[in-house]
Amino acid sequence: MTSIQTETLKVNDVNLTLRRAGEGETLLLLHGANGSASWLPVFEKLSKEFHVILPDHPGFGDTAPPEWMDNISDMAYFYLDVIDTLGLDNFHLAGHSMGGWMAAEIGVRDGHRIKSLTLVSAAGIWVKGTPMGDLFAWSPQETTHQVFAQKSVIDQMLALQPSDEELEDALKNRQMAARLCWAPRLHNPDLRKWLHRLKMPTLILWGDSDGIFPEPYAHAYHELIPGSQLEVYKNCGHVPMLEARDDFLDRLTAFTQGVS
Amino acid sequence: MDFFFFNLMPYGALDLDYDKKFASANLLLPNSYYDPEEGHKLYTRYLDELEYADELGFDGVCVNEHHQTAYGLMPTPGVIAGALARNTKNAKVCVLGRALPLVNNPLMIAEEFAMIDNITKGRFVAGFVRGLGVEYHAMGINPAFSLERFHEAHDLIIRAWTETGPFAFEGKHYHLQYVNLWPRPFSKPHPEVWIPSQGSEETIRWAAHPDRKYTYLNVYSPFSAVETFMSMYRQICEEEYGYKAEDRQLGLAVPIYVGETDEIAAKEARPHIEAFFNKFLRIPNELLLPPGYATIKSLKAIALAKREMLGGGKTMERMNDLGMFICGSADTVRSRLEEFQDRVGLGHMCTILQFGTLPHELTKKNMELFASEVMPHFEGRLRQQQSQAAE
Repeated sequence: MTSIQTETLKVNDVNLTLRRAGEGETLLLLHGANGSASWLPVFEKLSKEFHVILPDHPGFGDTAPPEWMDNISDMAYFYLDVIDTLGLDNFHLAGHSMGGWMAAEIGVRDGHRIKSLTLVSAAGIWVKGTPMGDLFAWSPQETTHQVFAQKSVIDQMLALQPSDEELEDALKNRQMAARLCWAPRLHNPDLRKWLHRLKMPTLILWGDSDGIFPEPYAHAYHELIPGSQLEVYKNCGHVPMLEARDDFLDRLTAFTQGVS
Repeated sequence: MDFFFFNLMPYGALDLDYDKKFASANLLLPNSYYDPEEGHKLYTRYLDELEYADELGFDGVCVNEHHQTAYGLMPTPGVIAGALARNTKNAKVCVLGRALPLVNNPLMIAEEFAMIDNITKGRFVAGFVRGLGVEYHAMGINPAFSLERFHEAHDLIIRAWTETGPFAFEGKHYHLQYVNLWPRPFSKPHPEVWIPSQGSEETIRWAAHPDRKYTYLNVYSPFSAVETFMSMYRQICEEEYGYKAEDRQLGLAVPIYVGETDEIAAKEARPHIEAFFNKFLRIPNELLLPPGYATIKSLKAIALAKREMLGGGKTMERMNDLGMFICGSADTVRSRLEEFQDRVGLGHMCTILQFGTLPHELTKKNMELFASEVMPHFEGRLRQQQSQAAE
């Protein structure tokens, strides 16, 4: 088993908690509004091929938020500082959901060190006439049904009995997600003007049954990012790392290694 | 203790079976349930009731703000307050309150309130609230910035009311090059401010501050919780701020029904108060407490205090026992209110004498009995601190 190290990286006034494992080219993973848990199903496998870094964003998990962190633009500039601090060059970047939005915002600001970009079920744009799901208005049960597509996964998720600590973490993540993404809801109206600046090889991965960002969002991203590749998984919801795990791993690994 | 008449202006014609299809009378209930013919009748009737309260000698008439809900038909309370400004003579006109963070330019609230204050010659109370959590869904405002926006908007309004303009207001959420209010408020230094709240400690501490000494108005909590919040207010004043809070700094809003006897009161009030609690006030937690609306500590405290409030299946008896509804003969209601006054030292009692589906005739009777049989009893009555309270 690969050993996963947790460490703290001081970036400006933030003590950033991050997980790190593996060797080789660096793959920086950005998690979504629900915290780093979404990447965990594939983290270990990915660390066999890459040097994987998975931070807890400020305000999520074990990283306390600085007062000034108000929006995804702040997050994007913050991560450019993280990339500088880590000394990353020619690295791969992959983001899920809100983390996908952050990855796109980072890429349009300064893409020259990013060797490849993968957007998974990414927030960041609005598709007119196709409303996003309202995750802030859903009950926990409703959320499970909207986020996952497969009955076995839904049943498994509904049966979970989170501890008080886990509940408090979830509340904390949700609060920070609201701070960053409530309005405009989970997107930046200006982002689509600049997605053409993503000139690095880009892969878009999506589930066809995503209740938060329905499939047309995947196609919209695909059209807005010149030369991007798109794969949509059948009977898969918002977390392909879980519901299409093997295909997802194969595709992400092959794509990332292919550009190496 | 003085008495105010609060009308929430619910859509009393609501089809109460709506909850077979929809989870809440707030936000998600289609407005096809609203019939403008009924709406017109209700607005007319509710305005009549508010004006009648002035005739009956209530010290004030109160309205408030809610959005996209059958619970209250006053998204813009200034419209109602404007009508009352002309048609009432003695009662204070109270907007309890306006939800400051929900607007993108609070100067408009400063202007609107200054107008009412001028028209009424200072017979006006300004209530400032953050709005229910569900209203951050309804108005698309980020709940995580609610508190920051509330404080900034408040500072802007008070400065606009008290400082000579034009001046610039430099905030994070509100940034205005020109603040120069026309009209200036009639009241000096500015209209009386009340803070209706659900009992967050941060709010109590802020309202009690010697620079403000705002009236803290508790809404919809079991009386045991009210007692805790009011003691907290007094304690903060004494221990942190070094002054003794006056009774006028504490108020309570509560639905009340007075009948000829306890039995008649219970029989007449039951369907309407149960509709009020179980149908009009039905809000799922996800909508009521959006993320960021309160600190995690407060979220937990509110959730505990409100657990009684926002689920379904509440009986009148239970609400009565908790002190969230006061019902009975004039004698019963008097002794209940005496107990409230004595236990916490209330300065203001905002009576909600129309609730849910309560029709006009019963509302009118309730108001008349309250005004003639209950109110006079409290004229000049001071808080009696019972010896057992110290035990």
